[in-house]
Amino acid sequence: MTLYSDLIRERFRHPRYRGALAQPDCTFEDVNPLCGDRIRIECRLADGKIADARFAGDSCAIAAASADVLIEMMIGQPAERAHELQAANLLERLEADIRPSRMKCLTLPLSVLQGALDGKEVAR
Amino acid sequence: MTLGALARQDFPILRRMVNGHALVYLDSAASSQKPASVIDAIRRYYEWSHANVHRSIHTLGEEATELYEASRDAVRAFVGARAREEIVFTRGTTEGVNLVAQALGRTLAAGDEILVTEMEHHSNLIPWQMLCRDRGTVLKAVPIVEGAYLDMTAFDRLLSSRTRIVAVTHVSNVLGTINPLAEIARKAHAVGATLVVDGAQAAPHVPVDLPATGADFYVFSGHKMLGPTGIGVLFGRKEALERLEPAWGGGEMIKEVWIDHAQWNDLPWRFEPGTPPIAEAVGLFAAVEYLGKLGMDRVHAHEQALTARCLDALARIPGVTVYGPRNAELKGAVVAFNVDGLHPHDGAALLDQQGIAVRAGHHCAQPLMKRLGIAGTLRASFSVYNTEDEVERLAEAVARLGDGL
Repeated sequence: MTLYSDLIRERFRHPRYRGALAQPDCTFEDVNPLCGDRIRIECRLADGKIADARFAGDSCAIAAASADVLIEMMIGQPAERAHELQAANLLERLEADIRPSRMKCLTLPLSVLQGALDGKEVAR
Repeated sequence: MTLGALARQDFPILRRMVNGHALVYLDSAASSQKPASVIDAIRRYYEWSHANVHRSIHTLGEEATELYEASRDAVRAFVGARAREEIVFTRGTTEGVNLVAQALGRTLAAGDEILVTEMEHHSNLIPWQMLCRDRGTVLKAVPIVEGAYLDMTAFDRLLSSRTRIVAVTHVSNVLGTINPLAEIARKAHAVGATLVVDGAQAAPHVPVDLPATGADFYVFSGHKMLGPTGIGVLFGRKEALERLEPAWGGGEMIKEVWIDHAQWNDLPWRFEPGTPPIAEAVGLFAAVEYLGKLGMDRVHAHEQALTARCLDALARIPGVTVYGPRNAELKGAVVAFNVDGLHPHDGAALLDQQGIAVRAGHHCAQPLMKRLGIAGTLRASFSVYNTEDEVERLAEAVARLGDGL
C-alpha cells in the first residue's frame, strides 16, 4: 500500500519540528473544517525573521508533514515570506501529488502560520 | 442467498471497480446507493410525465401531481403516520430541522430553553444555536455517559418548565446509539415541551412507527434511504403542525392572496412553498416501495447482523478502538473506530486504495468528538446491499492498516 510520497511518510513518522517553544512570540491554531484536525504553530521572531518555530496537533500525515517542511522552509526567512508561499511550494517540497479532497490538509499549516504572524486570535 | 447478496444485484453502481478492486461501499450513513428501480422511476418521470404540480390543468401536470401526492401516501404508510397531512416534503433532514426551528422559534421568548444532546449532528444543533442567538432563548445540552448513551439523570435535571423544545437524534450517526424516544417524549410532554427528532439514521434502517415514538416532529432524508438527494420528509403530528405558522412564504403555500395579506393553504402544502422536488419525490416513492418489499424487519435484522460481525471483527484487531455501544442490538448500522497511530483520513485514504469506501472525520458531530477527546474517527456503515464478505474485507484491510504509512 503506497498512498503518499516517501517524503510525506518520512516527515510524518520522523518530524523535525513537532513540539513547543519555551517563549514563543506568536502562536496560532486552527481547525480543518473537513476533518476537525487542529494544528498549532508557535514562532520566535528576531529582526523580522522567523528565528524558530514548532508545530503541534492531532492531524493526518499530510497536514503533519506539510507543517514540518513548512517550518523548515521558513526558519531564517523574513516573516512576510509566509504570505508568498503557495500550496505548490509545499507540494514540490514534499515531492507529492495530492488529491483535491486533501488539499486543505496540505494548506492548513500555511494558513495557521500566517495567522500566527498576523497576530490572529484563536476561536474558542 | 442472504438479503445483502440478493439486494446488491439491484444496485448498478456496486458493479463498479474502484482502484482495481470491487467496490465495497460502507458509507451508506452518509448517503446510500440507489437501486435501479429508483433510477428508472426518475428517468421515466422526466421522459414521460414531467410538469409542474398542483396548478397545471393538462395531462402531464395531472400525472406529475398524482405521482407527487402518491409518494406522500407511500411515505405516510412507510412511517405509520395517521394522516397524509402529517407528511411535509422538504429538501432533506437539515431543511426539516431549520423549518421547524424557524417556525417554532416564533413562539419562543427570551429565557425559554431548548434542550439538545451532545451527540447531535450539526444539522440538529446549529439551527437551535441560531435560534438562541436571534431570540435570546437558552441552549442546554444533555451529556453522554460511558461514551455511548444519553445521561438520562442529567436529562431529568436539565428538563424544566422553562424547556420549550427538546431536540434529539433517534440514532446517533457516530455512536449508533438508539435513544429512548418514548421515555424522552413522555418526559418532554410532561413539562409541555415539543419533541423534535432527527431520524436521518433511523428511518432507512429500522421499522419506524412514528406515532409510537411520541415525536411531535420527526425529520429524515431520502438520499440515506435509497432515494435521491434533494428530498426529505418532515413528519409533524397534525395538532402540532396545525399550531405552527409557516416558516417560509411563496407560491403553493397559500389559499388566497391580497396585496397586503394572505390566507394559508391547508396542510401539508402550507409548508411546501415553491415548486417542490417532484422527480425526487417520485424517486423516494420507488425507494420506499423497494424497502417495503424487502421488509424493514428483515432490513434491520440483516444490518444488525453485519454490525455485530463488524464489531466482533474489529474487536479482535490489536490497536483498534471502537466507539459507541458494543452490542449491535443497542445501535444502528454504523461502527465508528480508530486505529492507534493512524489518522482517520489516512486510514480512509488507504482503504480507498483497496476499493473500500468508509467515512472519516468528525461526522458533523464536533461537540461529540470534543467529548470523546478525539479529532475524528473512521466509520463503516451498512445498508441492505452489504454482505458479510464485505465486512471481512474491511476487517482484513483494517488489520493491515498499520503497514500503510
